[in-house]
Amino acid sequence: MISLAVLEPGGDAATALYIVSFSLFILGLKQGTHPTTAKRGNLIAAVGMAVAVVTTLLLDGMGNWGYIAIGLVIGSAVGAYASIRVKMTEMPQMVALYNGVGGGAVALIAWSEIRHGISFGEMPLEDLIPTLLAAIIGSVSFWGSNIAFAKLQDLIPTRPLAVPGQQIINAVLGIGVIVLAIIIAINNEPPSQALFILILVCAAILGNLVVLPIGGADMPVVISMLNAFTGLSAAAAGFALQNVALIVAGTLVGSSGTILTMEMATAMNRSVGNILFSGFGGAPAAAAGSGEQRPVTSIGAQDAAIKLAYADNVVIVPGYGLAVAQAQHAVKEMANQLEARGVTVDYAIHPVAGRMPGHMNVLLAEADVPYENLKEMDEINPEMPRVDVAVVIGANDVTNPAAKNDPNSPIAGMPIIEVSQANEVIVIKRSLSTGFAGIDNDLFYEPNTSMLFADAKAAASEVAAEIENL
Amino acid sequence: MSLFTEFTIFVLAIFVGFEVISKVPTTLHTPLMSQTNAIHGIVMLGGLIVLGYADDPLEYLIGTIAVAFGAINIVGGFMVTDRMLGMFAKKPKPKGDADGKGGSAGK
Repeated sequence: MISLAVLEPGGDAATALYIVSFSLFILGLKQGTHPTTAKRGNLIAAVGMAVAVVTTLLLDGMGNWGYIAIGLVIGSAVGAYASIRVKMTEMPQMVALYNGVGGGAVALIAWSEIRHGISFGEMPLEDLIPTLLAAIIGSVSFWGSNIAFAKLQDLIPTRPLAVPGQQIINAVLGIGVIVLAIIIAINNEPPSQALFILILVCAAILGNLVVLPIGGADMPVVISMLNAFTGLSAAAAGFALQNVALIVAGTLVGSSGTILTMEMATAMNRSVGNILFSGFGGAPAAAAGSGEQRPVTSIGAQDAAIKLAYADNVVIVPGYGLAVAQAQHAVKEMANQLEARGVTVDYAIHPVAGRMPGHMNVLLAEADVPYENLKEMDEINPEMPRVDVAVVIGANDVTNPAAKNDPNSPIAGMPIIEVSQANEVIVIKRSLSTGFAGIDNDLFYEPNTSMLFADAKAAASEVAAEIENL
Repeated sequence: MSLFTEFTIFVLAIFVGFEVISKVPTTLHTPLMSQTNAIHGIVMLGGLIVLGYADDPLEYLIGTIAVAFGAINIVGGFMVTDRMLGMFAKKPKPKGDADGKGGSAGK
């Protein structure tokens, strides 16, 4: 067997190179704090990864180069192809898929480690416990991510799918997995492969059942959480393999995913537990039909164009509906027409606009909107009373003043973009239908709101054309 | 490396992670997520190690799939992040009407 045989596994040289590698990850992430340096930061992190991979390939005693080559070539080709072809609207499912393969890899590595333990006759607890943790978290992450992918890709319905007695089944599975792990740990001379596979299967079912009941609007939370899970499973694998690069890199990802999960939950004014275990969308829908018919002001593209063209400043509030309609380029064209007339155009982005954290910013960046014009919710809200016209495109619940004014509303307390504070509001929407929360939006009935009933993309193009003709 | 050394590293990494990541603006959360995604592709190291020392057919299979999964994760993750950040890094067009707020009287 040919071995490059340069570095002793666990030796000083290999460890030093792993330290270089994780330092580059941290430096890379630090550069990610600004749009102008983030691209370089990503490259730095990629170099760190290259250092880690090369170091590992140079470890003494490594062999099976044929298999390694097959894995590397196939994986790299698939990854490269997917990353070039993916549309920016499909980023959430792409990230879900990467979470999945990462978690899957961890579960497989754990399985292989257990088999090593068996061949040695026993496995010390300090290796066995992290291996079991890696297997459980990795497997949950793999299957949960696959379900999230399938939902985002519309392969299965995005509405919450609940099985009767779901909570109990989940609890039984969760406890069962832990009990199995304890049994394996107690009888670790050698650890039982059959029980280990049973753990993988139970964790797989758990991963499916946890994500299936979660509705489409809660996807930003789910994806962030699965991201954290895969990171933590990688860190657990690092404990098992005593590899410092895995521990640090996995933990960094775990922290990142945890922060994003909490931010997304805060932005929806719900606890993470509530999102995971309540299957949003079913309950509050009943409240929707109760309201009487209220008058709305409906306008056409030409009126909208006039309102916009004679404003000093306009704020566009995009929601996921804009992404679904692929309207980002049409909206940018409308903004271009306005800017050509001297109107200031900004974009107000709600933290959960889109299907993953920050998704809307990427979609607008793709349409060449300069990032300086992308305003976060907390930045734009104080300016709202000075805004001439706010244009809401494909957003609903995140603009509903009921979140502030009606303590009995299901979304009470959810931070919103306060468009109703603007002098005039134009809402581009197909109908008065409710958003994901299933409740009426009071904004539509306010005296300063005009409804432009149309498809987001068609309406934006039409308004742009009308502005040009003014 | 002792278990306590590993725990020390783990706990410090949690703090570093929270410190660094909480400074990333909302605007960049999607690229951040896909970059951290690429970084958890580090699990491929584990795949390489188990495959590199494997000696039975089932382990060849498990290891090869693990390495392939890891490679998808790494290559795809870094490339798509680069593509996305390229959109943010586009040269800002020279804005003639930068003072648009007050200076729009001419219309």
